Amino acid sequence: MFDRFIIDDRETPRFRVHRSAMVDPEVLARERAAIFDTCWLYVGHESEVASRHDFRTRRVGGRPVIMTRDAGGQVRVFVNSCPHRGMAVETRSEGNGRFLKCFYHGWSFDTAGNLVAMPDDEAYGPNFDRQNMCLPRPPRVESYRGFVFCNWSSTGPDLATYLGHSRTMIDLVADQSEEGMSVLGGTHLYSMRANWKLLVENSFDAYHAMTTHQRYIEMIKASGRDFSRRQQGPAAAGVARRGPLDLGDGHAVTGSVDTSGGDVMGALGRAFPDEETRARHKARRARLVELYGEEWTNRMLGGRNHLIFPNLFIIDLVMGCTIRTFYPDDPDYMEITAWQLVPNGEDERLRQLRMGNFLTFWGPAGLATPDDVEALERCQKGFAAHQAAPWNDLSRGMNGNPINSEAQMRVFWRRWNELMTGEVLPPEPEVLFDPERDGRRIAGLAAR
Amino acid sequence: MSSSPDLRAAVEEFLYHEADLLDTWRLDEWLALFTDECSYLIPATDRPDGDPFRDLFLVQDDRFLLEQRVESLMTKTAWAESPHSTTRRLIGNVRAADAGDGAVAVQANFIVTRARQSTVDTYPGRYEMLLERGGPAGFRIRMRKAVLALEELRPHGRISIIL
Ligand code: FES
Ligand SMILES: [Fe+2]
Repeated sequence: MFDRFIIDDRETPRFRVHRSAMVDPEVLARERAAIFDTCWLYVGHESEVASRHDFRTRRVGGRPVIMTRDAGGQVRVFVNSCPHRGMAVETRSEGNGRFLKCFYHGWSFDTAGNLVAMPDDEAYGPNFDRQNMCLPRPPRVESYRGFVFCNWSSTGPDLATYLGHSRTMIDLVADQSEEGMSVLGGTHLYSMRANWKLLVENSFDAYHAMTTHQRYIEMIKASGRDFSRRQQGPAAAGVARRGPLDLGDGHAVTGSVDTSGGDVMGALGRAFPDEETRARHKARRARLVELYGEEWTNRMLGGRNHLIFPNLFIIDLVMGCTIRTFYPDDPDYMEITAWQLVPNGEDERLRQLRMGNFLTFWGPAGLATPDDVEALERCQKGFAAHQAAPWNDLSRGMNGNPINSEAQMRVFWRRWNELMTGEVLPPEPEVLFDPERDGRRIAGLAAR
Repeated sequence: MSSSPDLRAAVEEFLYHEADLLDTWRLDEWLALFTDECSYLIPATDRPDGDPFRDLFLVQDDRFLLEQRVESLMTKTAWAESPHSTTRRLIGNVRAADAGDGAVAVQANFIVTRARQSTVDTYPGRYEMLLERGGPAGFRIRMRKAVLALEELRPHGRISIIL
């Protein structure tokens, strides 16, 4: 395996990534061991198992899991593999039932994972260890503010430590409703014939918006959004871009601050269809200001693209919020799952506007994402010539431009490089998250 | 759904015409088949019976978004379809029934193939449509829903054409 993946030259300045990282099967094998088997990985949101005995099945880090809510209301995560001979106990993607039954030999488990029945039980005798024949668990399962994670390694930092300053960015989303947040029914289950790390870059790449997403921008202009003013100054369209922030340990965020007092809905949302809808958005904002003050509300309603290393994005552009995660099956193929997160108790009109904005922008059948798929797949095609054309460039903003910067991608790549090769590259000090400067969550809803 | 032979034949003719307009990228003419108030829907693959007001969909176009979709697909900057892919549509198992007020409820199965840049993706599914009688093509489309017979959009990764 090639082992000099990154050129991080602060003098020139220049940041390069070797394209073999996107094509080499040995790189992928190492990623599985060094990254996906050691990092905290997203399982799901607690609202997906809202009622007792709800369950969801999915793959996390290549392994089948079941997330349930047990009889006592606790959210649990199990390996979806029978302790008897290994059959995947449940194959439906979601459902509700007091028992999870393995049809192969008929063992049944409750939603807390305990073995409750096995046919011909006597044949095992009185000393058989029924207690421990429960559904297996990932080595560690923890959650933060409704977001459930697991870790396939039993060592390493706990979830709160792992998330670090990412917790503040999760708070900015989780605090958006006094009644909590929920994932809607319906999932975007799609794929790209491209390396998974290209979607890490793309998911918080502001640089490509005006070129790749020209037709999406034409659409929001046609809806009445005055987009031209955005070009005339960072705050002119009601949303001020903030530069990327390094949240530590490979987590990073790009974001904006709402400067419109609620007159627009994020940087890329459609125009309000009527004054009544705008008034309702402003009313919602006023309530948030009561709870959190102006400054924090403007952060909240500015939106942000937030990477939790290695492969979880929570992208909140105010017009809508997606939870997106993705895994490589091959160096040139990834599977993506995306959910829509909404504030509970939201006004009906605002909800409809949100839902329309969501799928038009993020949906794999919308007016933007198909063009991202096209872009990333074509990059991957280009990498076939990586021996002749070996380097990707990610230098933008290294020359002291902290706003129009792609430092967020460099944060990801430095951490990736560290886990893959052991080489530690120093961070860019000017983008390090500073709670004094970059804000701190004040006591709000969750403190109660 | 009961289906009189005459009505079904007329609806089949209309669906073949529609499919031909899409396969030959005459999208303006296709758009002209819709009523002023209309919708074009594709539910999420894991919620084929989803409610567009409560569940996440793949496509949920009203007249405005449908016009935007069609217009953008005819520009060079709809990168996923620039150049246009080659598509073929097979439509069958057509049923049609009067739905009152001159409207016709239609169900039909489809398979759409899309070839582009050395890959071929296949989209199987079922149409559910609400048509109105009238117009040069015999019917106008009030609601057009394409329910995919796929568990996930893999390995397709996108729906960049009109299904
Ligand atoms: S494998 Fe599950 S009961 Fe035997
Ligand atoms: Fe994009």
